[in-house]
Amino acid sequence: MIQSFFNPEIIVAAMPIVLAGLFNTILLSLIVVPLGLAGGLVLAMLASVKSPLVRWPLMAWVDFFRAFPPLVLLVLLFAGLPFAGLELGGFACVAIAFFLNTGSYYGEILRAGIDSVPHGQVEAARSTGLSGLQAMGYIVLPQAVRNVLPDLLSNTLEVVKLTSLGSVVAVPELLYQARQAQSITYNPTPIVMAAVIYFLILWPLVRLLSRLENRALAGRG
Amino acid sequence: MIVSAKGIHKHFGHLHVLKGVDLEVAERELVFVIGPSGSGKSTLLRCLNRLEQPSAGSVTVDGIDMLAPATDINHARQRIGMVFQSFNLYPHMTALGNVALALRKVAGKSRAEADALGLAALERVGLADRATHRPLELSGGQQQRVAIARAIALEPRVMLFDEPTSALDPELVGSVLAVMRSLRESGMTMIVVSHEMAFARNAADRVVFMDDGLILEQGPPAAIFENPAHERTRAFIGQIQRH
Amino acid sequence: MSSWDRFTDTFFNAKVMAKYWPDILYGVGVTVELAVLIVVSGLLAGLALALIRALAIRPLNWLIIFIVDLFRSLPPLVIIVLIYFGLPAADISPSGFVSTWLSLALVLMAFAEEIFWAGITSIPKGQWEAARSTGLGFGQTLTNVILPQALRLTIPPLTNRTIAITKGTALGTVVAVSEILGMASSAMSNSYNPSPLMMGAAAYLVLFLPVVVAGRWIEKKFAWKR
Repeated sequence: MIQSFFNPEIIVAAMPIVLAGLFNTILLSLIVVPLGLAGGLVLAMLASVKSPLVRWPLMAWVDFFRAFPPLVLLVLLFAGLPFAGLELGGFACVAIAFFLNTGSYYGEILRAGIDSVPHGQVEAARSTGLSGLQAMGYIVLPQAVRNVLPDLLSNTLEVVKLTSLGSVVAVPELLYQARQAQSITYNPTPIVMAAVIYFLILWPLVRLLSRLENRALAGRG
Repeated sequence: MIVSAKGIHKHFGHLHVLKGVDLEVAERELVFVIGPSGSGKSTLLRCLNRLEQPSAGSVTVDGIDMLAPATDINHARQRIGMVFQSFNLYPHMTALGNVALALRKVAGKSRAEADALGLAALERVGLADRATHRPLELSGGQQQRVAIARAIALEPRVMLFDEPTSALDPELVGSVLAVMRSLRESGMTMIVVSHEMAFARNAADRVVFMDDGLILEQGPPAAIFENPAHERTRAFIGQIQRH
Repeated sequence: MSSWDRFTDTFFNAKVMAKYWPDILYGVGVTVELAVLIVVSGLLAGLALALIRALAIRPLNWLIIFIVDLFRSLPPLVIIVLIYFGLPAADISPSGFVSTWLSLALVLMAFAEEIFWAGITSIPKGQWEAARSTGLGFGQTLTNVILPQALRLTIPPLTNRTIAITKGTALGTVVAVSEILGMASSAMSNSYNPSPLMMGAAAYLVLFLPVVVAGRWIEKKFAWKR
C-alpha cells in the first residue's frame, strides 16, 4: 500500500516535476482570479443599469455561461476554434474560458452585493457632489464586497480548484505534471502528492469559509 | 433669490406628485415646509438638488440652472447640502471619513486639508471627539449631527433638511435641533421639511403648507399657525398640535 | 462559397450532424443517469453525515469535519483521476463511470453536509428546549421540529451547489465515460469536424439552462426577508 501510494523514492524523484506544476497552478490562479473578478465587476455594474435593453441580454449572457460546464467551454475553445482557423494555446483557452465562466459567477455575487447596499447611500453620496462612478467606487462597492465576502471567497476557492482543468488542454499545472510523473513512474504516488498539495494549500481557506458561512446562515435563521 | 423653483411638476408613472410648485427662498432665510405625508414635500426638496429629475419646471440655485444639461451637477451639488431622514452615513467609514470624502474627491483637497476642514465641521456640530468612531458606534442623534457636518463641510450656500428628526428617539431630537439653530444663527439659508412645529414657530422666517402636490398657503409662522386661511391648513395644524 | 456558408458547413454540417446525433443523444442519457445518481447519493450521504454530527460525539465529529474539508479542498478532477488511475494499484479497478459518480457524490456530500449542518445550527436553542420540554425525544425533535425549519433555510445554497457539481459530469470524459462531452469529442475526431461538439454544447444548454433559470427562481422564492 505504501509502495503504491506513498512511495518514498518516487516522492523524491517526482518532487521537482510536481513542484513545477504547483508553480504554474499558482501563476494560473493569479491570472484567472483577477480576470474573472474584473469581468464580474463589469457585469455587476452593468446590471445596475435598469434599462431592459441592458438587463435582459445581460441575464442571458450570465445564465448562458453558468449553464455551460467549464470543461465544455474549454474544449469548445481548444478543439473547436482551430476549425475556424483560430489556434489559441491551452493557456489562453483556459484564461478565456475562465473569464467567461467565473466572470459570470463573480458577476452574480457582486450584483447581489450591490443590491444589498441601501439606495440612500448613493443619494447621500450624490448630494455631496460625488459622481455616479465615484459613489459606486467609494461608497457602494466597499460595502457590497463586505456583504458578500464569504460568497466571493467561496467562488475564488472553486476557481483555484478549477485550474486543474488546464490538465485536459496540456497546461502544465499541478494535476497535469502529476499525471506526467505518474505515467513515467507507473505509480500513482505523484497524483497522491498533488492531492496532498491541493489540500494543504486550500484547507485554510475551506476552514475560514466554513466559519463565515455558518455565521451567515445562522444570522438569517 | 438664492433658490428659485418655478412650475415644478413631477410624475412617478401614473402618480402626479408635484402639480406646479413655485418656491423662492431669499439668502439667510429659513423656510419651513409642512404638510400631510404624501403631499410632495420631500419630492420638492429632492428636485432642488436634482436627486429627482422634475418632469417640468425650472430650478435655479445660487445663479446656477440646475436642470440645464450643460450644468456640472456634481459641482453644483457642493453648494447645496442635504440631510436625510435616515442619516445615510457611510457605515464603512469613520465619522471624519464620512465628512472628508467629498472634500477630497469633489472639492479636490489634499487629505490633510480635508481632514482639517472635516474636523472643523465636526467641531461645529459638537462631535470632534467622535471623529474616529464608526456610525454604528454613535447614537441616532450623533449620527444625524455627523450627517449635518458632512453637508456643511463643503460650505454650501443652501441646506436642505428632509425630516431630519423623524427617525430619532424623542430624547435625541433636541441635540439635532440645537445644531440646526446654531446654523441658522450663522446665517445659513435653510429649507426644512419637518413636523417639529415648536422649532418652526421659534426659528422659521416663513412656513409653507403643502397639500396634494401644491403649495396651499405660506407666511410668517405666527400667521400660519394662529390664523391659517385655508381649512385644510387648519385641520392639519390642529391634528399635529393635538399629538 | 461565402464565408458564412463555409462557417455553417464547418460548425453546423448537416451530414455530420445527421450521422452523429444518436451518439450525442446516448451521451445525454449517460449524463442524466450520472447526474441523478450523484444528486441522490450525494445529498443523502450529506444529510446522513449532518445528522450523525448532531449527535455530538466528539471523535466522530472531528472525522466528519475532516472528510468534509478534504472533499471541499480537492478539485473534483483530482479526485476522479486519483480513483480511476490510483485505485488499480490497490487491485480495485472502478470503471470511469463509477469513478466519476463516486468522486462527485463525495464532493456533493461534503458541501451538502456543511449546508445541512449550518441549517441545523441556525435553529435557536429555544426550539430544542421547547420540544424536549413537551416530552419529545432527540430524534423526534430533530425530525419534527428542527429539520423542517432547517431544510427551508438550506434550499437556495443547496440548489446552487448541486447544479454546479452536476455540471462536473463533463469531467467524466477524462476517464473515458461516454457522456455528452466524451461522445462529442470522439465523434469530432472521427469526423474531423466540430459539428458534434456544437451539438454537445447545445445539449448541455438544453439540459442545464432550465436548471440554472429554475435555480435563480428558487433563490428568489426562498430569499430571506431582512
